[in-house]
Amino acid sequence: MELKKEFLMGNEAIALGAIHAGVNLVAGYPGTPSTEILETVAKRNNGDIYVEWSVNEKAALEVAAGASYAGARTLVTMKQVGLNVASDPLMSLAYVGIKGGMVIVSADDPGPISSQTEQDTRHFAAFAKLPVFDPSSPEEAYDMIGDAFEYSEKYNTPVLFRPTTRVCHGCASVKVNENIKKNVPEGFIKDTQRWVIFPRTSYLNHLKIENRNPKIGEDFSSYRFNWIEDCPKEGAESGNWLHIAASGISYAYLKEALKCMGDNISRNVRILKIATAYPFPEKLALEFLKDASEVLVFEELDPVVERELVYICGKHNLKVTVKGKSDGTVQAAGENSVESVQSVLNSLLNINYGEDVSGDIPPMPARPPVLCAGCPHRASFYAVKQAAKGKKAVFSGDIGCYTLGNSQPLDMVDTCLCMGADVTIAQGIHRIEPDTLNFAFIGDSTFFASGITGVINAVYNKTDMILIVLDNSTTAMTGHQPHPGTGVTMMKEISQKISIENILKAIGLAYVKTVDPFCLEEAVAAVKEAAGKDGVRAVIFKSPCIAISKPLKKFNVSKEDCIGCKKCIRELGCPAIVRNGGKVEIEDSLCFGCGLCTQVCPKGAICSSDKEGNLK
Amino acid sequence: MNSVNNCLLCGVGGQGTVLASRLIAFAAMEKGMDVRTAETIGMAQRGGCVASHVRVGKNIDSPLIPKGTADVIIAFEPAEAVRCISYLKKGGTVIVNDKAVKPVTAALMDSGYNGEEMLDYLKCNIENLTVINGDEIYGKCGSFKVLNTVLLAAAARSGALGISKEELESAVLKLVPSRFHEINLKAIEIVYENK
Repeated sequence: MELKKEFLMGNEAIALGAIHAGVNLVAGYPGTPSTEILETVAKRNNGDIYVEWSVNEKAALEVAAGASYAGARTLVTMKQVGLNVASDPLMSLAYVGIKGGMVIVSADDPGPISSQTEQDTRHFAAFAKLPVFDPSSPEEAYDMIGDAFEYSEKYNTPVLFRPTTRVCHGCASVKVNENIKKNVPEGFIKDTQRWVIFPRTSYLNHLKIENRNPKIGEDFSSYRFNWIEDCPKEGAESGNWLHIAASGISYAYLKEALKCMGDNISRNVRILKIATAYPFPEKLALEFLKDASEVLVFEELDPVVERELVYICGKHNLKVTVKGKSDGTVQAAGENSVESVQSVLNSLLNINYGEDVSGDIPPMPARPPVLCAGCPHRASFYAVKQAAKGKKAVFSGDIGCYTLGNSQPLDMVDTCLCMGADVTIAQGIHRIEPDTLNFAFIGDSTFFASGITGVINAVYNKTDMILIVLDNSTTAMTGHQPHPGTGVTMMKEISQKISIENILKAIGLAYVKTVDPFCLEEAVAAVKEAAGKDGVRAVIFKSPCIAISKPLKKFNVSKEDCIGCKKCIRELGCPAIVRNGGKVEIEDSLCFGCGLCTQVCPKGAICSSDKEGNLK
Repeated sequence: MNSVNNCLLCGVGGQGTVLASRLIAFAAMEKGMDVRTAETIGMAQRGGCVASHVRVGKNIDSPLIPKGTADVIIAFEPAEAVRCISYLKKGGTVIVNDKAVKPVTAALMDSGYNGEEMLDYLKCNIENLTVINGDEIYGKCGSFKVLNTVLLAAAARSGALGISKEELESAVLKLVPSRFHEINLKAIEIVYENK
């Protein structure tokens, strides 16, 4: 049967693959580059699948574990640092096992392009002793997710699935099977030996896992997405194979590089393509290594395949040199690319493919990401900055769009570590430096995900700090997902809006006030009032993200009234405010009409304008 | 046309490069071609540099265009065209919007960046260059939102995209919300009418 082709983003392909594999429940927490997977399941849900954005990754994994105990096929989605949050249930679940197939997608981000770390989920898989699947394209991801469910049920274990950014956010023409496998969960059957984790059962389960994993490795040696591929070169000396191992998207870069380099490479090339770095397909690798003297390895993040090959060579006493990240042949960090593969092949084979095209290119302006024009976070940071002027203060930030509050000229993020850490880092700094005002900035989604426990810690341990909640009524950075404060769910149901103010009051904070950050005077006064008190105080800045609201009006600068002092540029750093000669202009296509600049201009030169940008 | 057509779209987050790449991909898929793309999604979308790689043809492996092989670069901003110029193949085509997006860093440091130096470089070095007067188009269409369609139309008209005017129009009708159909079709007409 000819399958239909759809143009799909890798994340959409993963979602569709899971739907077609009969997934019953999907839970996750947003995180680039994984977010669109769950969104796509929700969008294409025919009503049979339960989908939720959980409050964080730990909650998502546990919800899925429960459903899986009851026989459901479950998918959990997160980014790689989300797996750190979910690692507590993950490590134990690896021992307990599952009934319904369970696939945990943890998207890695080489570069990193949008992440705190370049951690490698394949290591996490080996640490947790769980199988891991590593697709090299959206097409492969679509097929592989179904395989992942099959392996999960075959071995009664959760499995990890780790695409990388270029697979997640690459699109391709994917052949899709429109049949949906029907999976009717049996329901939860009580069995304390199985579902209650105890030291004694853990010991026995540990033995079982150690016994099982080599078998999975054996199974993976014949898995359809692990293979040895010969690319013979016409006229090349027979037997003189260049051995290269590759995994994930690096396999695609390798294939492309070989195509581009063409006859520049005069040797036959033999490729070992690895889609399951753990348990490693040892038998297949031995077949590949049997007449190799040197193997080059291309993979992103950590040298996982590379070290497995070194281990196998040692174990089987093979005289093979493995070249890759460990010996500096391949770059140790960052993304690979067709060019990076070519450059390694150039130096290894002593050829000179490609040319330097740099020439006399003029210097380009730096363009770091910034808070959008009209972003309420800019107003909030500015208000706190004004209120804290002249005081000794530290500003702890967190994960979200508001990390961008660190850039000039706001410069209002002194620390950023991980989700929720702003609240607790502020407490630690305060213990050592009690004369400092400690501000902690946290977004609404982050507050629900992992901020609340930190606030309770602060109140219980009687610390002194000012919590600034930046409530823009959405999870902005990852593309505007709902959360417990928004009152809607991924099942398109209206839910109770959980009030951050009520939570803080219930915890027993000394001071809680909600203000609109765009009312600058009021906002500064609230922060000053909070700063003047003792204990744990909070100011909630409430104003919606510009992406979920409509612009009110536009502003423009009166050329006659502008004195060219540039205070608006020096203090706000709004991308809509630009220089033009000695004066200031507002870029009409960017202005959102927030009006913050009108409250900063000492001459009242910024006024609302009509649609054509003329001053009213 | 080659067996593979590579198109790089580059600009500043928020300018609409992702929709433009979707329009090309849709038009190519309609003709029975395979498409592979890579997009910038995430933090860089907040006013940072973004690039969409669109590759049309059979047996394409890498989602990223290898440097020196882009048939056409569609640049939404002058400096972004220059930033990506190493992707262009010899004799490749560049379509560039002449309106600079001035970064906050430029305003703070008073670098005077206005895109002119970038356009001069392109004019001296790129034979097949089409400069689009962004402001003029806005004036005629009455909206900033048609920039992506305008640039695509210019690329289609140059022949380097491998997509006809009609194919682009049908992609717009399929992918763009219906309330914006009229303005986008008008933008395509304006580009094709321009001498």
